[in-house]
Amino acid sequence: MTPTVLLPLRHYLNDGYGVKSWLLTRDHKRIALLYLAAVTFFFFVGGAFAVVIRLELATPAGDLVSDETYNKLFTMHGVMMVFFFLIPVIPSVLGNFLVPIMIGAKDLAFPKLNLFSWYIYMLGGLFTLYALVAGGVDTGWTFYAPFSTVSSTTNVIPTALGIFITGFSSILTGLNFIVTIHRMRAPGLTWFRLPLFIWSTYATSLINVLGTPVIAITVLLVAAERLFHFGFFDPTVGGDPVLFQHLFWFYSHPAVYIMVLPAMGVISELVAAGCRKPVFGYHFVAFASLAIAVLGFLVWGHHMFVAGESVYAAMIFSILSFLVAIPSAVKVFNWTATMYKGAVSWETPMLYAYGFIGLFTIGGLTGLFLATIAVDVHVTDTYFVIAHFHYIMVGGTIMGYLGGLHFWWPKISGRLYNEALAKVSAFIIFIGFNLTFFPQFVLGYLGMPRRYHAYPPDFQVLNVLSSAGASILGVGYLIPMVYLMWSLRYGPLAGANPWGAAGLEWTTTSPPPTENFAETPVVDSEPYQYPARVEEYFG
Amino acid sequence: MADHAGAHPAAEHPAALAHQFDDLEQQKEASTLGMWVFLVTEVLFFGGMFVTYAVYRNAYPGAFAAGSRELDVMLGGINTAVLITSSLTMALAVHAAQTGNRRALVWLLVATMALGGVFLGIKSVEYYHKLVEHHIPGPGFRFAEAEYLKHAQIFFSLYFMMTGLHALHMIIGIGLMLFMLRWAWNGTITTEYYAPIEISGLYWHFVDIVWIFLFPLLYLIGRHV
Amino acid sequence: MARLEPSDLPGDMTDHIVPTRVYYTIFALLMLGTALTVAIAYIDLGVLNIVAALTIAVTKATLVVLFFMHVRYSTRLTWAVVIGSVFWLAILLALTMGDYLTRSWQVYGSV
Repeated sequence: MTPTVLLPLRHYLNDGYGVKSWLLTRDHKRIALLYLAAVTFFFFVGGAFAVVIRLELATPAGDLVSDETYNKLFTMHGVMMVFFFLIPVIPSVLGNFLVPIMIGAKDLAFPKLNLFSWYIYMLGGLFTLYALVAGGVDTGWTFYAPFSTVSSTTNVIPTALGIFITGFSSILTGLNFIVTIHRMRAPGLTWFRLPLFIWSTYATSLINVLGTPVIAITVLLVAAERLFHFGFFDPTVGGDPVLFQHLFWFYSHPAVYIMVLPAMGVISELVAAGCRKPVFGYHFVAFASLAIAVLGFLVWGHHMFVAGESVYAAMIFSILSFLVAIPSAVKVFNWTATMYKGAVSWETPMLYAYGFIGLFTIGGLTGLFLATIAVDVHVTDTYFVIAHFHYIMVGGTIMGYLGGLHFWWPKISGRLYNEALAKVSAFIIFIGFNLTFFPQFVLGYLGMPRRYHAYPPDFQVLNVLSSAGASILGVGYLIPMVYLMWSLRYGPLAGANPWGAAGLEWTTTSPPPTENFAETPVVDSEPYQYPARVEEYFG
Repeated sequence: MADHAGAHPAAEHPAALAHQFDDLEQQKEASTLGMWVFLVTEVLFFGGMFVTYAVYRNAYPGAFAAGSRELDVMLGGINTAVLITSSLTMALAVHAAQTGNRRALVWLLVATMALGGVFLGIKSVEYYHKLVEHHIPGPGFRFAEAEYLKHAQIFFSLYFMMTGLHALHMIIGIGLMLFMLRWAWNGTITTEYYAPIEISGLYWHFVDIVWIFLFPLLYLIGRHV
Repeated sequence: MARLEPSDLPGDMTDHIVPTRVYYTIFALLMLGTALTVAIAYIDLGVLNIVAALTIAVTKATLVVLFFMHVRYSTRLTWAVVIGSVFWLAILLALTMGDYLTRSWQVYGSV
């Protein structure tokens, strides 16, 4: 009854074999897979540090590792996860794969630059791995001066250079996306006919281009101060360490929007496809992406409420931080409204989408608590902050990434993964995640400071819950590795559009041909055109 | 069946056209926008140092003025004139490319590079002066006005960092011009395909603009004392 | 052909060849500005010295951007990119200096 699904004869995966055809490729889809392999590697490196951290924190005494080693553990966990996983993952994997296809183009504007970006990412990663192997860094991923510039005896410079180099990968990818989206859309594809994933990717690219250069110069200043005894943040010559924090957070706050905006773009796509409805308030969601990108640059001082910035500056940053929550809330409302009276489905991508909406809301609301100066004075630098950002970055970004990976896996690989195993993993991840991080809100509120590996025995129960949750979460992340790899060889063939979803990517074969489309598509309708009557799409 | 998507007859498929673009027009627009977006990143990159400069000049005006007086206004002024002239030769080079004047294009590119070289030469002389006067920050730093001994180090740290990174960008610019020179010489640049010259020019002018700000901010503080 | 028409093609620098006398004029103005900024530096104008220096520098930079970099003849998108970059730098500068300049302000009344 169901027509036999065939693999296309020619597609991007069999268009050339051998290591050279991959390492010298200019095909954005192959480059996306190069990134996929790389970010997955760095994710597990960063995750390994998390395992040791949670193991240490299962007991109140700091007995598993020394103080110095613990400092290195949380530093390397942060550096790996932030700079080598969270910031690049969705733009470089899903973005690289999907942007040209979603706009009906043959490739990005600058394919060679795209490959170069991957090599730069790997080079930066190599520098940081060297620092790791050479004994690690102990400054915290935030590299605060003057510890990082004067007192730390660890491998600050290789790590700083690694971040500097990898930063260029973000900058060049962002540049590539901006030019591509402006100049290479298919005929008829006006801005307001673009999928919301493209809007989010565009907004993210703006942040990449505007913010990353500032951290680039900041880490260079840190390296120069260490290497040449230049005085920029050194109090002994009149420098101000808080200036480092201004420059650092000017990038690092928008960086968190680099991490979450692409995930929001994914969720828009998943919700539309999973509910067979256009996203409610498309224009509002599109503008909200831009608003998040712009407002995100105005709030960095909320990381410095107790660092010594002026009270008046603090108040301005606090108010602006409240404002930036509004476009995020608009998106959450609009996704929810999309689900209302939609043909809501329960496939794995949708499970991740629902998880995202709930967990991101919790993370976002707790961000408002932190934006309130009076509350922040008590919970800053405690586990409350850690729980807040993990809810957004893990409950948000990683859920969004996994949802997107599952949703587009059939397009990327031409195969279907095992849905039962995938659903089980999604549940394990959800439970493991909440068990790991919810107790941390309580711990932080009760006063447990971050970056300490010894704590009063009263906090042990909550810490043990958190560590137990982490082990469950770890299992949850490992299972998809297994069934996704398995599906590459043994999964059933997917066909062009297994989800029955709308979007240019579903009009081409799975996997797509190297040039993406047999003929350049012409767009003449709004996005997310689903039939009014709900159909059964799955046999 | 069509051999590959968007197949064009040879006449519409000039050698310079990359496969992801439909025509040279789109390619030129994309490349130009790409260079402009890159320049945005450079504005923010140098901008971080300008902000650092603003914070510390506001905090230590006396030390900054004293430090500035130790720089050579004549050499700095000459360098400013050199760079402005190189921007002129660069703009004229683009004009030559647009009008198909290959000889002029080649000479103007050479002139631009030569002026860049002069700039770097003068900069090296200045750096040497700073070295022998012990104005390099760190343990070996010496300063005549003792009350500024600490804060003047911030001034000179900024001086070296800002002019150093600027010089590095200059060197990259000269390297870029070498490529352009090669393409101008071997006929790759035509009246149809001169975008690389234009785009390299954008980069070069940007580096000039950075110096337009660096010169007064570093060399011309406290001169009226 | 198979490309969305940019709404900003007229006035695009694709076809516009700037006459060389414009370049020479701008060059002269830039040299003049340089001489001016050096001369003014040797006159004590108090706080106006920095204002004058920056005004001249911004004017020179604007001339380079508009004429040497052809922004005068470019698309609205290019204008948006140029203005955006300056605006973003202004955000970094303004909010950072805002902290430093208000550090000494009292919170309530006098102490």
